[in-house]
Order: sequence, then structure tokens, then C-alpha cells
Amino acid sequence: MNYWPLLGILLVVLGFALRMNPMLVVTGSAIITGLLGGMDLVKVITTFGKAFNDNRIIAIVWIVLPVIGLLERYGLQQQAARVIRSIKAATVGRLLLLYMLVRQATAAMGLTTVAGQAQTVRPLVAPMALAAAEQQLGEVDEPTAEKVKAYSAATDNVGLFFGEDIFIAIGSIVLIQQTLATYGYNLSPLHLALWAIPSAVAAFLIHGTRLMLLDRKLKLGGK
Amino acid sequence: MITLQWLYALAGAMFAAFALLSVFDRSNPKRLGNAAFWGLMALSLLTGDFIGDFGNGLLVLGLAGLAGFGFLGRSHPATTSDEERAAFSVQLGNKLFLPALIIPAAALIGTLVYNYTPVGSLGWIEAKRETYVFLCLGALLALGTIYLWLRPPAVAPLQEGRRLIDAIGWAAVLPQMLAALGVLFAAAGVGTIIGDITGMVIPKGNIFATVLVFAFGMVLFTMVMGNAFAAFPVMAAAIGVPLLIQAYGGDPAVVGAVGMLAGFCGTLMTPMAANFNLVPAALLELKDQYGVVKAQIATALPLLAVNILILYFAAFR
Repeated sequence: MNYWPLLGILLVVLGFALRMNPMLVVTGSAIITGLLGGMDLVKVITTFGKAFNDNRIIAIVWIVLPVIGLLERYGLQQQAARVIRSIKAATVGRLLLLYMLVRQATAAMGLTTVAGQAQTVRPLVAPMALAAAEQQLGEVDEPTAEKVKAYSAATDNVGLFFGEDIFIAIGSIVLIQQTLATYGYNLSPLHLALWAIPSAVAAFLIHGTRLMLLDRKLKLGGK
Repeated sequence: MITLQWLYALAGAMFAAFALLSVFDRSNPKRLGNAAFWGLMALSLLTGDFIGDFGNGLLVLGLAGLAGFGFLGRSHPATTSDEERAAFSVQLGNKLFLPALIIPAAALIGTLVYNYTPVGSLGWIEAKRETYVFLCLGALLALGTIYLWLRPPAVAPLQEGRRLIDAIGWAAVLPQMLAALGVLFAAAGVGTIIGDITGMVIPKGNIFATVLVFAFGMVLFTMVMGNAFAAFPVMAAAIGVPLLIQAYGGDPAVVGAVGMLAGFCGTLMTPMAANFNLVPAALLELKDQYGVVKAQIATALPLLAVNILILYFAAFR
């Protein structure tokens, strides 16, 4: 067996570890992996180009940017922060916990693109979380602001990943079903989706606990 | 019928406008680099199906070169100041949320109506793509609403959009690059090799050890490829089906569903899942591009442990 293509993986890991420009790392790794896998350069470029073209749907979400940018122009983030400041009981942890619940629930209904990093986290969730942190601490220093923003993004991901598989018509459930069907195991999507529920509950409990701990940490750090 | 082509055309037109506005942006010393980069994105979206696979390949190399060798700069299109924004927020209040909510509401209601009423049976939208169509429709609707309500300068949406896309920079394109890298890995046989290697390290007859190797295989492979979808067929072929299901009699539904979710724990821990882990760092203007990954690791590891236990106890109950 030809193990040389694994060198491509090593390049990616090394490139990311050394914080080289990811666009170069990915392209370099693609070309080298392809060549080591026995393709010629033209074939590598052709395969890479076709795959890029086949995945253009990923670029569609950027269509929301003009709307988000325009609303930011009129103070959307400031308003999100003002709302949180008016709720005296608001904390970063409670706010993100609530957001995770909504994100998991909507994802479980198959509505994965309804919320997201560009659609909701940047314009609403992150500014709200920062305002809550300000309320808890008085003043938020930069490392804390970074942490609060990172947790906002992380909460969106956890909610999405461990909600979407409860929906029967999501890509990953279809993939599991198709893969196992080729071996003669014909499972209904509903049966598979059912087994996504225990992990969804665990995800909510584990990440939720961390959010509550974050609140406590903010409280201790603020004194 | 509304197909993905329509959406590509819409997004392509937007990127073309970003490119054009970049050319004339004297505030950005690297404006031609930005123009070329977003111009290539526009070209890909508008003409990707006509320039051939090799043409697309050259286009991708162009994008990588521009981004990788520092030809992209940060633009500063005219926008409102923080003070003006604060004043606007006091003046406009919670009504500001309404246009923002039009997008998710349109995606939500559109999808539900399309799937559960006779509206969808006419088949006027490409199958399985209706949420994307309604998302774009929602964006246009929101844009129209803001125009009627606040009457911004005509070019403001594009300039504000350009402000955001330049803040994100090449990270906006990276997820698509990584998806393409995954295809190349698969074509070069990386999947089969990893399946082979993990298959070799399993102690015979020990169910728990096999579950462990299966789950960790999903995690590691997912971290390398950036998504669990590439890992699942390989790990299922190497361990899941022949050992866990066939040799030890595990429940296929549990092995499939929870195996995939173990992979998702890997997605939380890798920069290769750029659209989830690196793009938000750029969107939120974090100093540390790995900040989001770092915030997720302490959730991912205990969750992985729980998934392994669910896999072991539920599949072999």
C-alpha cells in the first residue's frame, strides 16, 4: 500500500501549527497529496477546481452581509447591548444558555441556516453577551472580551452540531443511512435521529455547566 | 424553477460589486489585490459552470496566491461612528431588530410552508434547496424594508457588506477550499489508508477497545478532514460494520448515529473546520484565530467520553 499521501495531512497539521497562511497550506497540501497519490499536475488542478466549484453553496450565506452591515450602520449592535443592559438579571452564562437552547431546538427542526455565525452571532449574540459581561463586571478588559466572544461562537457551534442530527432529513443522517444501507442495514432516518437525542442532552448539560462556570469565573475575576 | 444557479448569480453579483468598489477605494493601499480576490469569487459564482474544471482549478490557485502572499488589505468604507450608532439605537430602538429577524423568519416560514402546504408540490424550487432560496429572499426583503424605512444612500448596503467581507478576508473562502481539499484527499486514497491503519491497532475480541478505536478514529479523521462526513464512510467500512455490527452484534442505529456524533466532537477541536472555527474568529475580530477552538475543547472532550459510553452501553445492551 502507498502510504505517501499521508504526507499531505502532515503538511496541513504542520502548516496550521506554524500559523502559516491557511489558504497556502491547503493548496500546497492538496497539490502534494494529489501528486503523491499518483495524479499528474493537470489532473490535480482539475480535481481541485471541480471540487471547489461543486461546493459553491458554502459561499451563499455571505448574501446576508449587506443587511447585517447596514443594520450595524444604524446601531443594531448598540441596541442589542442596550436591551441586555435593561435586563438586570442578564449574565453571559444565562444568555448563552438560552441561545443554545433555541439553537438546538431550531436545528432539531431542520432549520440549521436560520441562525449562524454571520446571521446571528456577530450582529446579536456577541454584542449581547459583551453587554451582559459589562453589567457583571463593570468594565470588561480585552482578554475577557475575547473570551466572551469566543464562547458566543462556540455556543452556536455546540447547539448546531448536537441539535441537527435529531432532524431526520439532515445531511449527516442521510449519509449514515446511505452508508449502512450499502452493507444491507436498512434503517429508518427516524430510528437514527432518535439515537442522537442522548448526545444532544449531554451536550446541553456539559456546555451549559461550562457557561454557568464562566459566570462564576467572571464574578470572581470582577472582584 | 428556481435553482441554485439563481442564488449563485445573486451572490456573484454581490461579489462583483465588492470588487468594483474595491478598485476605487483609495483608503486601502492594497485595493487592487482585494478587487482581484473578490473579482475571482464573482467569476467563480457567475461562470463556474462554463470555464471548465481546469479553469476553476486555475481560479482557485489565483485565490490562494492572492491571499497567501499578502495581496489583501483591509478597507475602511465610509460608515457611521460609534457615537452616531449609539444615537441611532436610542432613536430607533427595538424596531432595529425587525429587519434582522426578517431573514431567519423568511427562511423558517418559507421552509415550513414549502414543505407542509400544497405550495411546495408545484416544485418551483430545486429539491432540498428551499431553505437557501428563502434565506436569500429574506435578505432581499430585509434590504427593501431598510431602504423604505431608513433611506440609506443607494450604495450603502454594498459598502457595508464590503466592510464586513474585508474584515473576514480570505477566511470567507477557506471553508470551500477545505471542502475541495477533502475531495482531493479522498481521490488520493487517504481515507482507505487511515481505515487500514486503525483496523490494524485493534485488540481482537475486546468490544470496549474496539468502540474506543472507532470513536477516536472518527475524531482524529474528522479533525484532519475538517468534517465528520468524510470520516464516517471510512470508519464504518474499517471498523463500524465489520467489527462492531457484524462480529460483535452491535445495534447498527446506535453505531451509526453516535459514531457520527463522536466525529462532531472532533469538528469542535480542529481549525480544519474553518467555517465553524476560523470564520467566526474573523467575523468577531478575535486576536487569536484559534480562540473559538480553544473555547470548545473543554466541551468536546467530556462530550466525547459520554458518546463513547452511550455507544458502548446502548449498542451492546
